[in-house]
This record gives sequence, structure tokens and C-alpha cells, in this order.
Amino acid sequence: MRWALDNLGLLGQLTIAHARLAIVPVAVALLLALPLGALAHRVPPLRGTLLGLAGLLYTIPSLALFVLLPPMLGIPYLSDLNVIIALTLYALALLVRTVTEALESVPPDAVASARAIGYNGTSIFLAVQLPLAGPVLLAGLRVATVSTVSMVTVGALIGVSSLGSLFTDGLQRRIVPEVLTGVVLTALLALLLDVLLQLAGRVLMPWLRAERAVATA
Amino acid sequence: MNLFADALAWLTDPANWTGPFGIPTLTLAHLTYTLLALVLACAVAAPAGWAIGHTGHGRSFAVALAGAARALPSLGLLAFLVLVLGVGLKEVATVVVLVLLAIPPILAGAYAGIDAIPRGTLDSARGVGMTGWQRLWRVEVPLGLPLLLGGVRGASLQVVSTVMIAAFIGLPNLGTYLIAGQRLGDYARMLAGAILVAALALVLDGVLAVAQRLAVPRGVRMATAAVPA
Repeated sequence: MRWALDNLGLLGQLTIAHARLAIVPVAVALLLALPLGALAHRVPPLRGTLLGLAGLLYTIPSLALFVLLPPMLGIPYLSDLNVIIALTLYALALLVRTVTEALESVPPDAVASARAIGYNGTSIFLAVQLPLAGPVLLAGLRVATVSTVSMVTVGALIGVSSLGSLFTDGLQRRIVPEVLTGVVLTALLALLLDVLLQLAGRVLMPWLRAERAVATA
Repeated sequence: MNLFADALAWLTDPANWTGPFGIPTLTLAHLTYTLLALVLACAVAAPAGWAIGHTGHGRSFAVALAGAARALPSLGLLAFLVLVLGVGLKEVATVVVLVLLAIPPILAGAYAGIDAIPRGTLDSARGVGMTGWQRLWRVEVPLGLPLLLGGVRGASLQVVSTVMIAAFIGLPNLGTYLIAGQRLGDYARMLAGAILVAALALVLDGVLAVAQRLAVPRGVRMATAAVPA
């Protein structure tokens, strides 16, 4: 506790840097995963290829990806951008699968009905498929967010500042409270973002609560 | 692309294939830690998962455990344990962290494998007079094996990448090339290490994918082959 209180300024900075390194990749990955997942859902031959590529990408350890990406993309090795791109790829690998499975969870009858009353392709996607795919999508988004928050810490090994820097610094200087503070704050940040996502889900999908109330009544 | 050429040159230099920090020695070390952690984690998590799947109790506990494990940064746990146990016990600290990481996905695979068995199959097993133990060993465990191995596959990805992180606390493995290369400013060595770890992860995942396919019992394979025709 003493250590944490004496270093509040540093902890604040690192937490903000950490949150940015986690939120940007998940947000970008979600934006990319929606069209890719929709494509995989609509064009069955592409499904295997896209999900296979995603699985392959996810197999590569994050620390290795931090080293492999810079020479491929021509970006500096020690940069936020390197970590952000690598984590975007990981989150994308998880979310493409999530979006595909979420769209598959939509009852085909609902899509057929929408088409019958005159919805076109885009409006079916935005007004019917996406909301109905919401619960599965949210579940996958929560997993991706929590694991990205935890993976940001690995960036500390290549020198990109985050709460993970407390682990490398604490280990070198043998300060147990510093390491412990880092673990607790990382877990708390993951928890906070998870709660925010759940709240967002409640606001965006109010019908789920109504359905649950009917089911339990 | 120049850097990749350098890394390739480094990888094909015979000098890097011998000695205590040669590629074979460090690959073996990486693999040994990975397999040890997976075996220990299976010994704990598979029976626990089967118990959850068989009895139907404790599922919410397992789900909470998996969520908590995802949020905990393994680098932090590793640093914490090394400081608490002492650098002399860094091997123990590493194995503990690896096993803790590997348990949740294997546990989930074990009970999900039993959950996925059609109700009718379990009822038939009961109907022909199998006892609880017989149902577990002859029906639930074999039919759930592919999903259990799926859990092991997920765990192996995390373990391979965390073993690499353990190079940071001075445990020699393929991650050592990355750490040493970083200190020496030798990017070719770092890149070579990253390529080796990525290759190891992909090979291990491939082997487990094949094992997962072979684990589908013959009867199930025949039944699924007959259906879509």
C-alpha cells in the first residue's frame, strides 16, 4: 500500500497508457471484424479460409509478434504503434470468429421475415442481424477486451510503457509491492472495461432484460 | 526484407546449432517446460472437469475461474513469484505460473466435452444398466476427449508464449535469443528467436489438432460420416 500511495502519479500515467494500448486495438479490431465476419458468414467458402487464418495468427506468441511485425511493416520496433498493431491483429483473430458465430446465432426466420417486408441487404444487416447477434458478439468482445488488457503487459518486455513496466522494473529492483500493484491494477482495469461493456450491452439491448423478466415471471 | 535475410543467415549458421545456447538445446528446453506444464495441468484439470461435467456441479465456479485467469497478467505473476520464492527457485515459479495458466482452458474442455454429449446417449448408457463410474469411463470420457484436447490446444498456445516470457527471468529457452538480442542490439538474433518460437507454437498446435481429430471415437466418426451424405 505504502509503495502504491508514494507513486500515485506514475501509476496514473501507466494506467492511462495501458488503457489506451488496450482500447484502441479492440475498437479497431471490432470495426474490421464486422465486415470480415459478415463476409465469412455470407460466403461459406471464405469461412474456412478466414477462420483458419485467424486461428493461425492467434497461435503466434505475442512477444514473437512484437518482433516479427516491425520489419514486415517498416515501423519502429520500440513504439506504441507496434504494440497496437500486434494486439489489433490478436483481437481481430478472436473477433472475426465471434462475429461469424454471432451472425450464425441469428434465427434464419427473422432474416427471411425482414426480407419479406422489404428490407434490403444493408438494412437487414444493421437493423436485424446485428442487434440479434448482439449477445454473442458482446460475449466475444468481453473475452477479447480482458485478454488484450492482460497482453499489453508483455509489451513492457520490449520497452513499451504500460502497467507491465511495473513488473519489469519491480523485478529488477526487487520491489514486491510494485509488482503486486501492477498485477492488481491490470486486473482492475480489465474488470472495469468488462463492467463498462456489460453496461453498454444493457443500454444497447434493452429487450434482453425484458425477455429475462418474462422468462422468470 | 534485409532483416529477415539476416535472421535466416543467423538461423543457418552452424555455430548457432551447437553448445548450451544452441538452437537444439534451447528448443528442447522450451518444449520440456511446455510439456511438463501441460501434463501437470491435465493431471489436475481433467479429473476436476470430468467431475463437473459428470455431476453438473461447480460449473459457475469454473467459469469464474476462467474469467479471473484471463485477467491476470502472466508476466506479473511470474515476476511476483520469483521475488517471493527467490531467484534460486525460478524454475519452480515458472512451472507454477504455467500450470495455473493451463488449468482453466483444460478444465473448460473437460466439462464442455461431457456437456456436449447428446442427452439420449447418456440416458441409453443408464438404461443398459451402466453404473456412474462405467458411464464416466466408457461413455463420457471417450466422447468428450476431442473437446478436452481442444482445451489442451488452447492451453498449449498460452504456455508456449509464457515460457518465452520466462526467458526474461533468466530461464534459458527460445525466448533467450530475444532477450539477449535486445541487450546486444542484435535484431537478427531477436527475429530468429521469434521465428523459432512461432514455428514451435504452430507445430505443437498442428500436432494437437491431429490428435484431436484422431480422438474422435470410431463410432462417432462413422455416424457423422453417414449423416451429411
